[in-house]
Amino acid sequence: MVTVQTRAGEGIVVVGAGQAGVQLVDSLRTAGWTGAITLIGAERCLPYQRPPLSKDFMKEEGGEPLFLRAERFYSDAGVDLRAGVEVVSIDRAGKAVTCSDSSVIPYGTLVLATGARTRRLAIEGSDLAGVHELRTLDDAIRLQSALADARRVVVIGAGFIGLEFAAAARPRGIDVTVLEFADRPMARAVSPEMSAHFAAEHAAAGIDLRCGEGVVRLVGDAKVRAVVGSSGTEYPADLVLVGVGVLPNDDIAAEAGLPVDNGIVVGEDLCTADPAIYAIGDVARYPNPHARALSRLEAVQNATDQARFLARALVEQPRGRRYDALPWFWSQQGGWKLQIAGLAGPDDECIARSDDTSFSVYRFREGRLVAVESANNPGEHVAARRILSAAQSVDPDRVREPGFSLKQFAAAS
Amino acid sequence: MPEVTYRLPDGTSQTLRDITPGTSVMRAAVSRGVPGIIGECGGQVICATCHVYVDREFLDVLPPMGDEEDEMLETTASPRDPERSRLSCQLTMGPGLERVCVDVPAEQEAW
Repeated sequence: MVTVQTRAGEGIVVVGAGQAGVQLVDSLRTAGWTGAITLIGAERCLPYQRPPLSKDFMKEEGGEPLFLRAERFYSDAGVDLRAGVEVVSIDRAGKAVTCSDSSVIPYGTLVLATGARTRRLAIEGSDLAGVHELRTLDDAIRLQSALADARRVVVIGAGFIGLEFAAAARPRGIDVTVLEFADRPMARAVSPEMSAHFAAEHAAAGIDLRCGEGVVRLVGDAKVRAVVGSSGTEYPADLVLVGVGVLPNDDIAAEAGLPVDNGIVVGEDLCTADPAIYAIGDVARYPNPHARALSRLEAVQNATDQARFLARALVEQPRGRRYDALPWFWSQQGGWKLQIAGLAGPDDECIARSDDTSFSVYRFREGRLVAVESANNPGEHVAARRILSAAQSVDPDRVREPGFSLKQFAAAS
Repeated sequence: MPEVTYRLPDGTSQTLRDITPGTSVMRAAVSRGVPGIIGECGGQVICATCHVYVDREFLDVLPPMGDEEDEMLETTASPRDPERSRLSCQLTMGPGLERVCVDVPAEQEAW
C-alpha cells in the first residue's frame, strides 16, 4: 500500500489509460514517487491490452480481454483511476484539467498519453451497418460478434491491423478480401521484400489481397452489401473492416496552445513547450535519434519505454536526459510472426535472407545496419535489438554469406 | 480446479486457486494482481516479461518448450536458469497441469 504524501496541486495527472499511461503510473511508484497520481481514461472498463484484439481475440474460440493490471493494482498503488472520463480542456495558467464529468483536477505535472483514434473513410456508405473499425475493446466485441455470422469479409487497408484481422478470420472459413490503396501491404512499415513475402503467405492462406486498389464507395441498403474499388470492381461483403490508420488525439493539447504537428511535439526529454506538461506513447512526436527526425510511433515498446523513461526523469528530476530507446515492433499474422528492430527509411538498402522456416530483411544506410525485419525468427530479432541498441553494426557482405547468423555474430561481438 | 503458487522476491507468496482451465500462469497472475509478472506482449512470446522459475518437482509435467520461447528466454532481465526458467504465458493450466509453484524473478523489465 502506498501512502500518498503530496498536497493538492502537486500531484501527477496522467491523461490516457492505455499502455503508456498505465506503465507510467506503475513505474512512478517503482521509482519511489509518493505523491498523488490521477489516471484518467476515456473508456469505461479497466485498462486493457490492445494488441490481442486483432489477433487471438478474433479467432473462433474467441478470448477474454487481457487487462493491463488487476483492479486492485490501482488501489494498492494509491492511483486514483477515473475510468470513463474524458479531459475536455487544459488550463495551463491555473495548472488544472477540466473533465467531461465537470470535475476539475489540479496538477503539478501533467502527462498526456491520449493515444490515437482510428482514421475514418470520408466516402459514401462508410456509415452503413456492418462497417467496422478496430481500436477499442468495444470495437473488438462488436466485430467478434458480427464475425460469427459473416461469410464474406472485405478489409480496407493492408496494414498490421487489417492483415492480422484477415489472417484470424480466414481459418474460420470466411472469404476474405483485402483492398490496399498502395502497391504493396504494410508499405509504411516494412521493405518491399518483406511486403512481398507476406503477400505470398496471405495468398497461400486463401486471402484475396488486392494492392493498388483504392475504395470509392460502399453500397447497401441499411446494411453493407459491397465495396466498390477504384478499378470499378465490386467486392461483395456482409462485413467490412476499415483499417486505414490512426490519428493522434492531440486536440486538447492544440486547444491549450501547445505545439502539435501530427501529434504533440515534445523535446528529447518528452517535455512539451510547457515545462509542466509531457507527452508519451502514440500521441507524442519526439526527436528520434534512430529516425534522425521527429517521429511518432504506434507501438507497445514505444509506449512502455517512454513511460519508464519519464517516470525516472520525473522522480529523479535530472533535466537534460534524452529518450533514445531503440524502436521495435511486432505483428502476428496467422502462422507468421513479424518482428522489426530499428527504423529504416524507404531509401535504405535491403538484403533479404531466407531458410526453411524464416525470412528476414536487413536494412543498411550508408553501409551501417539500421533495422532488421524478421519473420518467424525471434532469436535473430533479439540479436538485432542487442546490436542496434549498442550502436553496433555488421558488414553487409557478411550478411550476404550463406551461413551467416546474426545470433552467432551478436554472441561473438 | 488448477492452482498456482507464486513466490515473490520479497519472500512472501501468493496462491491463486480456481483458475479457469486453459488460462496461462501469466494471465492468471496479471488478471489477479500478482506483482512482478508483466506480460507486456499479451502472451505472444515476444517480450519475455513473464519469466518465472518453476519448482523442480513440476518440470516433468510442464508443456514442452518451443523454439520461440527458448530464444526469448535468452533475453530475460533476471538471469536464465538452464532448467527452471520458463515464460509463464506458455504454461497453460488445466488437464496435465493442475498445480504448479514458481518463483517470480527480481527483475522483469530491462531498466
